[in-house]
This record gives sequence, structure tokens and C-alpha cells, in this order.
Amino acid sequence: MSIPTGHRLIACQDCDLLHRQRLLRDGERAKCTRCGAVLYRNKRNSLDRTLVFSLTGIILFLMANLFPFLTFQYEGRVQESVLFTGVKELLVQDMWMVAILVLMVSIIIPLLKIIGTLYVLLPLKVNRRPWRAAFMFRLVEALHPWAMVDVYMLGVIVAMVKLSDFATIVPGAALYSFAALLISMAAASAALNPHEVWEQLDVADRI
Amino acid sequence: MMQMTTADDSSLINCTTCRLVSRVRRIPKQSFPICPRCGAQMFRRKPNSLARTWALIIAAYILYIPANVYPIMTVISFGKGEPDTILSGVQSLMVSGMWPLAVLVFFASVTVPLVKLLGLTFLLVSVHYQWRWRPKQRTILYRLTEAVGRWSMIDIFMISILVALVRLEAIATIEPGTAATSFAAVVVLTMVAAMSFDPRLMWDAMEQRDG
Ligand SMILES: [Zn+2]
Ligand SMILES: [Zn+2]
Repeated sequence: MSIPTGHRLIACQDCDLLHRQRLLRDGERAKCTRCGAVLYRNKRNSLDRTLVFSLTGIILFLMANLFPFLTFQYEGRVQESVLFTGVKELLVQDMWMVAILVLMVSIIIPLLKIIGTLYVLLPLKVNRRPWRAAFMFRLVEALHPWAMVDVYMLGVIVAMVKLSDFATIVPGAALYSFAALLISMAAASAALNPHEVWEQLDVADRI
Repeated sequence: MMQMTTADDSSLINCTTCRLVSRVRRIPKQSFPICPRCGAQMFRRKPNSLARTWALIIAAYILYIPANVYPIMTVISFGKGEPDTILSGVQSLMVSGMWPLAVLVFFASVTVPLVKLLGLTFLLVSVHYQWRWRPKQRTILYRLTEAVGRWSMIDIFMISILVALVRLEAIATIEPGTAATSFAAVVVLTMVAAMSFDPRLMWDAMEQRDG
């Protein structure tokens, strides 16, 4: 029913204006001439950098979930919590909708996003196309706004400062891992060039 | 060079997922063509964009009321409960002299959801009446509403952490309040609303009277 028009045309996602695609130099980006939206970019070593940051992300994710996250000390009483404790306590308090939302956006979706990215990009690195690659990469792209590791970290900081008057809060190894995870995920998103991945998947398809 | 043709004018369709531009010969009724490269459904414009976005933001407006009226959490110390709404939470941060934090929480929990709701309402009205006023600025406003929405979750995350940390039975506990569910729903609804709005509709109005 539909045929691709070759890869020379690109339409602006925000205003639909057609542009002729041209080759960009490293780090350059093409903007829509009418509305200013970024149409496509050229990122240096995009695939390699995304892979490195995603692999780092997997390790940091495991550390962030295994080690103690925060320790609460109040008049000799010590209480340790892990990343998952918040979700568990919300469930205990019957706030299951909020609990599921927090679980999804702070743990499950970030994990799926990293795994999905690796699943698509690792085979591409050796010029292979993984099974259901297009579906998986579409999923990775759709999950992007719902992976809220960065926002969660700010929530942690606000909570720590709020309690600082009242008790002693000691950050655990998981908290540092989580902060590093936030950085590695941000770096992976900055390095990823979806446009390039789709073109590579297209080529891999024809081999 | 600057001929200003859109994909739609040229009978082309832009896959919003992988950005491949395809020529569609004939669009079957009640279904959407599938992108030959990524397999996603392609649409000229997002389906029922206006109706969907209206429905989602109206739901968000309604839930915005309980989210602000009811307590979002209650600090129970020595048996006495002290409920906090979103605004009184900000206020207590100010009273404790934590100004930067008060500003941050106020911005994320009060300003961002309101700006998002009012901004989307404004964009919907502008498309409804086919305004030709500053489409570029309105597109920037759209990108802004889409980008900032997730930051409103700070309050929800803060509560989940406080609930996890403060569990000292008789001495102090923190309970999440009913407003937490409403507020979380407002954040999710406005995020989905921003995603279902199609900024290209603003530019379609520019072309209709040009041509
Ligand atoms: Zn544009
Ligand atoms: Zn596509």
C-alpha cells in the first residue's frame, strides 16, 4: 500500500514541511526552516557511545537495586531502605495506583529501556538484525518519556533535605549507583541517534 | 529552495516513529497504512487528536481539584497527625527556611501542571478557531508543555521515599494522602494529552488560507 520515497526527503514532525536531506558534519544538526524543530543530527560514534553507556547502565541498575539506598537514623534507631521499599510501603498503605506508577517509571521502564537499547544496538554493531528489531526499537522510543530516573533523583534530594532537621539520613551505595545510573542514561540518550538506527535497520533488512 | 510544501500537500505521509516519508497510494478506510520501515501505523495527522486531547485535559482539570484540596501526605508524630496539601507542603518548606527547595517543589507541583493544562487549552482553542497567529511561538509552547510534564512527579517520588524512610511506629510515620493518587493521575493525563496533540494542525490552518 505504501512505498518509501527514497531517503532523500524528510518531513518536519512539528509542522510537516518537507526538506531535502543532506549530509551533515560531525555534531551538526538540521533544523526545520519554518518552525525550528530539530529534524536530524549527526552524532559521532553514536552507536559505540550508546552501547558503552547502556552497558554501564545495566551494571549500575543492578547495584542501585541490590545495595541499601538510604539509612534513616533517629535517636539510636536505625532503619535501612532499598530502592524498592517506597513501592512496598505504598502498597502496604493501600496506595496501589501510585505504587504501580512509581514502580513502573523508576524501576521497570528504565530497565526495559536499557535492555531494549542493547537488544537492538548490540547486533547492529556486528551488522546483524535482531528478531523483531523494529518493534523493539519502537518500544524503546515510546518508553523514553516514561523513564524518570532523573526526576526520581530530585525527589530523593527533596525528601532528604525535608528530613534533615528531624533525623540523620545516610546515603547508601545504591543511592550513589542510582545517581551514576541517571548520568549514564542521560549520556546514552544524548549519544543515541534514532535516525541513524532506523537507517541501519533498513540496511540490515536487505542483507 | 524555499517552496514550502508539506508532506501532506505532496500526498506523502511522514512516519512519526521512524521519520520515513512514504507515498501512500490509497488509504483504506478505518485503518492506517503501516510504515514499510518500522512497522508502526502511519497517520496524516494523529487520529482524533483534538477530541482525545480535550478529553484528557478535561479529566486532568477535574482531578486537579482533589489533588490540591485533599492532603497529599500526613506526618503522624506521637499519635498526632499533621496533614499536608501540596501548597501547605511548600509553605512548610518556606517556614523551615528551605527556599531553593520550596521554589523547586512549587515550580514542579503547582506551576508545571497549571502551565501545561492552560497551555494545552490555549493550543486546542487556537486550532479550533484556525488562528494564524504566531504558529512558530505556539509550536515552541507545545514543545515546552511536552518536555516539562514529567518533572511534576517530584512530589510523588518524594512521598514514596518519605513513606519508606519514616516508619517509627509510635514515634513517627508518614502516610500518603488521597491527593497523591489524584495528583499522579493529573501528571499522567497531561503527559498523554501532550502526546496526543498534533502540532501540525496549527500549521494546517496556515496553509488553508494561503492556498
Ligand atoms: Zn517544522
Ligand atoms: Zn516508520
